[in-house]
Amino acid sequence: MTEPLLRIRDLKTYFVTEHGSGTARAVDGVSFDLYPGETLGLVGESGCGKTVTSLSVLRLIPEPPGHIRPGSFIEFAGRNLLTLAPRELRAIRGNQIAMIFQEPMTSLNPVFTVGDQIAEAAIVHQRLSRRAARARAIEMLKLVGIPDPAQRVDHYPHQMSGGMRQRVMIAMALVCHPKVLIADEPTTALDVTIQAQILELLERLQAELGMAVMLITHDLGVVAGTADRVVVMYAGQVVEQAPTPELFARPLHPYTDGLLASVPRLDAPPVRARGRLHGIPGQVPAASEWPGGCRFHPRCPYAWDRCRDEEPPLLDASTGEPGTHTVRCWLLTEPQRRTARPLP
Amino acid sequence: MNVWNWLAVGGAAVLALVAVAEIRRRVGTGAPGRRFFRHPTAAPAVFVLAFFVTVALAAPLVTPYQPYLQIDITRLANHAPSAQFPLGTDPFGRDVWSRLVYGARISLGIGALAMLVAVSTGVVVGGVAGYFRHWVDTTLMRLVDVGLAMPRMFMLLMVVALWEHVPLAVLVLLIGLTGWFGTSRLVRAEVLSVREREFVAAARSLGAEPARVIFRHVLPNAAAPIIVSAALGIGNVMLLEAGLSFLGLGVPSPAPSWGNMIADGWPKMAVAPWCATFPGLAISLVVMALNAVGDALRDALDPRRETA
Repeated sequence: MTEPLLRIRDLKTYFVTEHGSGTARAVDGVSFDLYPGETLGLVGESGCGKTVTSLSVLRLIPEPPGHIRPGSFIEFAGRNLLTLAPRELRAIRGNQIAMIFQEPMTSLNPVFTVGDQIAEAAIVHQRLSRRAARARAIEMLKLVGIPDPAQRVDHYPHQMSGGMRQRVMIAMALVCHPKVLIADEPTTALDVTIQAQILELLERLQAELGMAVMLITHDLGVVAGTADRVVVMYAGQVVEQAPTPELFARPLHPYTDGLLASVPRLDAPPVRARGRLHGIPGQVPAASEWPGGCRFHPRCPYAWDRCRDEEPPLLDASTGEPGTHTVRCWLLTEPQRRTARPLP
Repeated sequence: MNVWNWLAVGGAAVLALVAVAEIRRRVGTGAPGRRFFRHPTAAPAVFVLAFFVTVALAAPLVTPYQPYLQIDITRLANHAPSAQFPLGTDPFGRDVWSRLVYGARISLGIGALAMLVAVSTGVVVGGVAGYFRHWVDTTLMRLVDVGLAMPRMFMLLMVVALWEHVPLAVLVLLIGLTGWFGTSRLVRAEVLSVREREFVAAARSLGAEPARVIFRHVLPNAAAPIIVSAALGIGNVMLLEAGLSFLGLGVPSPAPSWGNMIADGWPKMAVAPWCATFPGLAISLVVMALNAVGDALRDALDPRRETA
């Protein structure tokens, strides 16, 4: 197997809350790898720590109140990003690892032209002249499929539609040809047709530029179409991790089950009464009050005593190469319990 | 005052009118521009400012005499306004109109430059405090508290008293450096909110260093209240300069400033009221115009008024 490009080990990002109500353990011991050229889907409900994980990689967590615990480790190109000096870190941000944000409406600076903003990273990292940077911006606009790039380069964000702005965001992130692109819910704010276009664009650019993509989403439909591997997060932890086809064919964690069941499908209409979509009962608890034992047990249809008392480690459930499919669930040790009570 | 001077004054007025029309044509098409000119006082205020600035710049053309020239102190002191001296002469036999025009250079110049000093300092301090927060913010803002707690006039009087004749550059710096506290608080508050917006995180994720983030991404988005406070502040600074000059501690005589013209004229208020009245009117007019422009700008640049 090839060497991972980005290796995250035991990442713990905590937030100290204002009113002394304790520490919010937003990300609590997350480990996974990102391999060159792959698309990794990071999924989970809101409040599971997906975004905090991605922000931690570039150390964009507001400190304080947030801090990354000592002992955490994020290795990129042989260096621990968490111990880099600010200057070295800035040389990596936008150059080797770039990020696109959820809201194309608010992630662009309203007072500069899109060309200025696309050129910015090239000016910062490659010391391009203004003229060369402008040419590069036009080139990037063309690359992300914006018609009339030579004119659009002088437009302001408010003159563009949401889909176009997201394309501009992608152009901004890719201007230095980064090795890793972190995309935090890049399509959530867009309508479905635009969403498909943007995902297609990301896929095409990934093939052209050969970068690894970390795609953060709560939409398993998006993951199914684009990701090679999936990491499922719940309550600040990785609960399941598998190649995409394997995860969809053989989901092992009840949480993954629940997420899959709540995706609306055209080919299999919901069988349940009144045609309602399935939902996972309850909601993600606050990050300062993760339950003891398995963190999913209050919402799990199969939970028994052991789940309440003892926190499961990540167990290997791979059928092929060891370590490719891991699950944080005691059901793996007692599979017969899965049939005891079906999903409600 | 000869016919050429009158023509030049008329020319300045026409120029100011043209300037107003041109500004209106350029910005009147956008929503902020329309909101600006919806203020009934905005256009006249811009005219007043444009007129005074033009006249001050063209001072040698619009004035018949040198501002220092004592024309004939025995017969032409305290001469009432006439065709030759449109605003009369002062107790030293100098033409009030000429002094008023040259005084505009000094008073407006000091106002603009001191405000520039104050706003730049305030923007940098407020920007740094708001962006870095924590101990940087605490330290700088306590400093601002100290600055705001000291009465400005007395502070200025104290420092100015160190000089026999205060150089104008020092006066500008002093007024500027005692006037940035309010601006810095305003900027800090604005920066605190802008820095949480997503494009700031996006800029940081691209590897931009703090100075770049502050000056390119945060401050331009906090520009509106800064511009408004600057416009309102110039008037304040001009009043301050006038006050200091009136007390004899600002612009030293015989250089004309509107403040020291009032100082020279007020003992003769009973026999030659024009000496102090006209510079007083000029100050009031310009300060009112600046306040009107500031108010109109506030309405124009406040995005929350989009629908109003």
